[in-house]
Amino acid sequence: MYQAIVFLPLLGFLIVGLFGNSLGARASEYITSGFLVIAAVLSWVAFFSVGIGSTEAFTVPLLRFIDSGTLQSDWALRVDTLTVVMLVVVNTVSALVHIYSIGYMHHDPHRPRFFAYLSLFTFAMLMLVTSDNLVQMFFGWEGVGLASYLLIGFWYKRPSANAAAIKAFVVNRVGDFGFILGIAGVFLLFGSVNFDTIFATAASYVPVEGAVENTAVAFNFLGWDVDRAGALTVICLLLFMGAMGKSAQVPLHTWLPDAMEGPTPVSALIHAATMVTAGVFMLARLSPIFELSHTALLVVTFIGAITAFFAATVGLVQNDIKRVIAYSTCSQLGYMFVALGMGFYSAAIFHLFTHAFFKALLFLGSGSVIHAVSDEQDMRKMGGLKKLIPTTYWMMVIGTLALTGVGIPGTIIGTAGFFSKDAIVEGAFAGIGHNAVAGFAFTLLVIAAIFTSFYSWRLIFMTFHGKPRATADVMHHVHESPPVMLVPLFILAVGALMAGVVFHDQFVGEGYDAFWKTALYMLPENHILHEVHDVPLWVKLSPFIAMVIGFVVAYQFYIRKPETPKYLAAQHRGLYAFLLNKWYFDELYDFLFVRTAKRLGTFLWKKGDGAVIDGLGPDGVSAWVIDVTNRVVKLQTGYLYHYAFVMLIGVAALVTWMMLGSSF
Amino acid sequence: MTDWPILSTVTFLPLVGTFLILLIRDDSEAARRNIRNVALLTTVFTFILSIFIWVGFDNSNPGFQMVEQAEWLGGGVSYHMGVDGISMLFVILTTFLMPISILASWESIQTRVKAYMIAFLILETLMIGVFCALDLVLFYVFFEGGLIPMFIIIGVWGGKRRVYASFKFFLYTLLGSVLMLLAIMAMYWEAGTTDIPTLLAHSFPGNMQTWLWLAFFASFAVKMPMWPVHTWLPDAHVEAPTAGSVILAAILLKMGGYGFLRFSLPMFPEASLYFQPLVFALSVIAIVYTSLVALMQEDMKKLIAYSSVAHMGYVTMGIFAMNAQGIQGSLFQMLSHGLVSGALFLCVGVIYDRMHTREITAYGGLVNNMPKYAVAFLIFTMANVGLPGTSGFVGEFLTLIGVFKVNTWVALFAATGVILSASYALWLYRKIIFGALTKDSLKGLLDLSAREKTILYPLIVLTIFFGVYPAPVFDVTAASVQSLINNITASLDAAQAVAAN
Repeated sequence: MYQAIVFLPLLGFLIVGLFGNSLGARASEYITSGFLVIAAVLSWVAFFSVGIGSTEAFTVPLLRFIDSGTLQSDWALRVDTLTVVMLVVVNTVSALVHIYSIGYMHHDPHRPRFFAYLSLFTFAMLMLVTSDNLVQMFFGWEGVGLASYLLIGFWYKRPSANAAAIKAFVVNRVGDFGFILGIAGVFLLFGSVNFDTIFATAASYVPVEGAVENTAVAFNFLGWDVDRAGALTVICLLLFMGAMGKSAQVPLHTWLPDAMEGPTPVSALIHAATMVTAGVFMLARLSPIFELSHTALLVVTFIGAITAFFAATVGLVQNDIKRVIAYSTCSQLGYMFVALGMGFYSAAIFHLFTHAFFKALLFLGSGSVIHAVSDEQDMRKMGGLKKLIPTTYWMMVIGTLALTGVGIPGTIIGTAGFFSKDAIVEGAFAGIGHNAVAGFAFTLLVIAAIFTSFYSWRLIFMTFHGKPRATADVMHHVHESPPVMLVPLFILAVGALMAGVVFHDQFVGEGYDAFWKTALYMLPENHILHEVHDVPLWVKLSPFIAMVIGFVVAYQFYIRKPETPKYLAAQHRGLYAFLLNKWYFDELYDFLFVRTAKRLGTFLWKKGDGAVIDGLGPDGVSAWVIDVTNRVVKLQTGYLYHYAFVMLIGVAALVTWMMLGSSF
Repeated sequence: MTDWPILSTVTFLPLVGTFLILLIRDDSEAARRNIRNVALLTTVFTFILSIFIWVGFDNSNPGFQMVEQAEWLGGGVSYHMGVDGISMLFVILTTFLMPISILASWESIQTRVKAYMIAFLILETLMIGVFCALDLVLFYVFFEGGLIPMFIIIGVWGGKRRVYASFKFFLYTLLGSVLMLLAIMAMYWEAGTTDIPTLLAHSFPGNMQTWLWLAFFASFAVKMPMWPVHTWLPDAHVEAPTAGSVILAAILLKMGGYGFLRFSLPMFPEASLYFQPLVFALSVIAIVYTSLVALMQEDMKKLIAYSSVAHMGYVTMGIFAMNAQGIQGSLFQMLSHGLVSGALFLCVGVIYDRMHTREITAYGGLVNNMPKYAVAFLIFTMANVGLPGTSGFVGEFLTLIGVFKVNTWVALFAATGVILSASYALWLYRKIIFGALTKDSLKGLLDLSAREKTILYPLIVLTIFFGVYPAPVFDVTAASVQSLINNITASLDAAQAVAAN
């Protein structure tokens, strides 16, 4: 069954990728979507068997991969609760996105290619989440990167799409630079890249009360002799660098907003629900080693908090509907990393799980909006769409309710975000005392929650309320999307509303042990699960209050007094430009890295290779040779290669003579 | 095993084809067709025969197999052939790429077809010989002999600046080979034989090792090519005809790496350890420097040539890490690079044949009318970038793992190649393949022909196959590499013990 879950998407990709054009678009859509639906159903079966049920974790071996000396890594499927949670997220969203795309892409002439890419992506993502060693994980990691590259650049005629695709790949590679060195470090320290061996060895590193700390040199890193604890920190930080790239954390976030150049279903699947959460998954999977490095967790918390805050501020002023949601994704990923930094892995995965539903819902909903207004993405040219596309409107509202975490504090009535996001905020507070940056993180997360609520409602109000700002022609064509697009929205809406209520007990509540079993690791002194319950009332209420403030301000700005935002922007022109231009990260990177690399490249090419090496070496010598030969043998043919040939024969003769001479 | 001398048969079979071609006298279109067919059949047959080398190869035996020995020059110089886990796959790589190269020249070479095919067939014999020779003199003859046909191929069928390029190629290689010849003579005087297995067991005195190592290094570093003796390569590639580039990148460059593994490491282990920092430094410079240079290239072939230099940086780095991952990674990287860079040059050849320009700016939007070509080019680009699932990843990854154990600084700088290679390779792909098809000159281009598919599709299959299932390669190389490492460790320990006394 697990083979089927993972390889059905691959089969779909191969069939459609190889024969898509002869099969036709319709058949391609049905084949890939059909396989994905089967995989999704099987994933839920696995979820209930391994997660909710009591099936022990196990591994399905597949094939040998890289075996070199002591490095043994094979293709295999590792199935435990963490895996099945990811299987459910990936396959459910992917199946729905496949179905949705049948409607969304139906004008596009390249549908077989599109569906093949989607299935390829899904396969790579499944290989990532089922990997039982770091090398296979890296395969999935890069595979999703490839699919993301192909799908962002799907409309290859647009220069902006091509640029965004390359940017996504290259920025991710910066993270991979850390990841690959991290794998090398793991192999050096643990002598293996297989999770079972790594975790078993790591378990023996857990500091025991009273025992003498092991300060023997583990390895030398960049000239420093680091002991075991230091080595773990180095490894964790290198691996985290990979996670930062994939999960768009500051300062490696710049590719994600640009990735919105891809078709909207792609944004929903890859750049919201699944691929960007790979970093979160990686840290949770490697919890047995991250848990041992306090320093690394501090860094994770810090980066997560900064990203959550930064992305939320930028989201406040963006006008492109997809970019608002993209920054929102970036921000929510920051929340997840804060949870990981607190050692509250289950909350991070819980938020990953719920976020997949409501963020995919928001993206697909915005796709439905874009579809309705003739491919316009600028919210300043929307407005007043509520009456015309009511179903989409209500779906977007549900997504927003879930994202902003609407619920009744103190009860178990609430949307998905109410459970998962609040758990993270409370976890950050509970971490104060253990984690030096927890207080800082808590403050930023609450502020970010205000912003989240503001930009989310701003999006709803600008898009659906007020007077229409689109041209009459566009407004005339506004239409509700077909059922093939709306049904996936309904299913996701159910998830956005119910996922928290139904599953919070398993993920972060009483059912924790029975649900997670051994999939996540926490140190014996990590009591965050209990401490979360004991936070003061004002902490429990803070996300709720933040959400209300954000809503009220947005209502004030965009419904009651729509002239306020313009006035404020004019008042604080510097700040507005700073936010609108995303804190000038792109400009800074262009100046620091892109131009420097280009200048350096040109310099090394023209001066290094050209002037120095060639000038002193072959060109200098050959100029001399040509000079001499020209003077001496003017009667000869004049072709240089003739001379060279003669020289070579001369050398050969010389060699022969010497060899024969020396052997006698 | 039968006593049939399979290695000599495979090595000299192409010469039979040469004689057959020599029999074809006139220069009509029919004669040219016959010449091409004879060349193709010869190389195909050689390839099929070479498969039996792999079939008969015993993976568990770390020593030389299918050994043949005959009297030759006397005085310790004999005709001695054999393969082990390090050399065997290079033989197969050579025989596999030859039919592809002949097919790649099918239409693009219209002048002096006879001489061209003869040059290629002789080159094949010499290349196979390099990897099979178990005698230094024999090795040297094959190694240097290979220069001549390549020199002629570039100089006669090359582009506009072919004379300059071939001369540069020649100057550089001559420099290295003269020094290697001196070293070979010195070794002969020291050990009294040029027999490689005997020399492998011989231990050279410490200070002599240093000089011998440097002399061999000069030759292999040029062949690799390592920075700063790499500048012949971009020019040679740019001017060479497509098939010439393929063979140059896929096989001739590998002789340097093979030389390090066959001679420098096992024969001069102390010197290898002593010079390890030098090699690391040059390798890292090669990776970073040439990757940056590749970013700015305007000529497709030059870009790929510079990327080859960067990839060879991983190879030298891995070899001198002197551990199982490093060396196996280097071997794999060399084989994979043989497939991938060869394929990339073939891809360039496909559009060069249509447009007769290598300027990147002359292209753009080819995906619109050449979708099959776009897919093939994408797969090889990704393999060049080292994407897992393609063969390019395995070697790069293992060499990094191997070198990380020895020196983290080197690994750190080498890993920046991961970022830079993505930058230049994807930039090239975007400029050529993506975008709207606006240039009128490109609008009439046709997608891959049947012949081009025959060339490229097997390479795609192998690139992905060995990326997903590299085990067959590691099975072949494991025993020999392990015994190589054991020997090095043993002699280093012995040297240390001597020094301690």
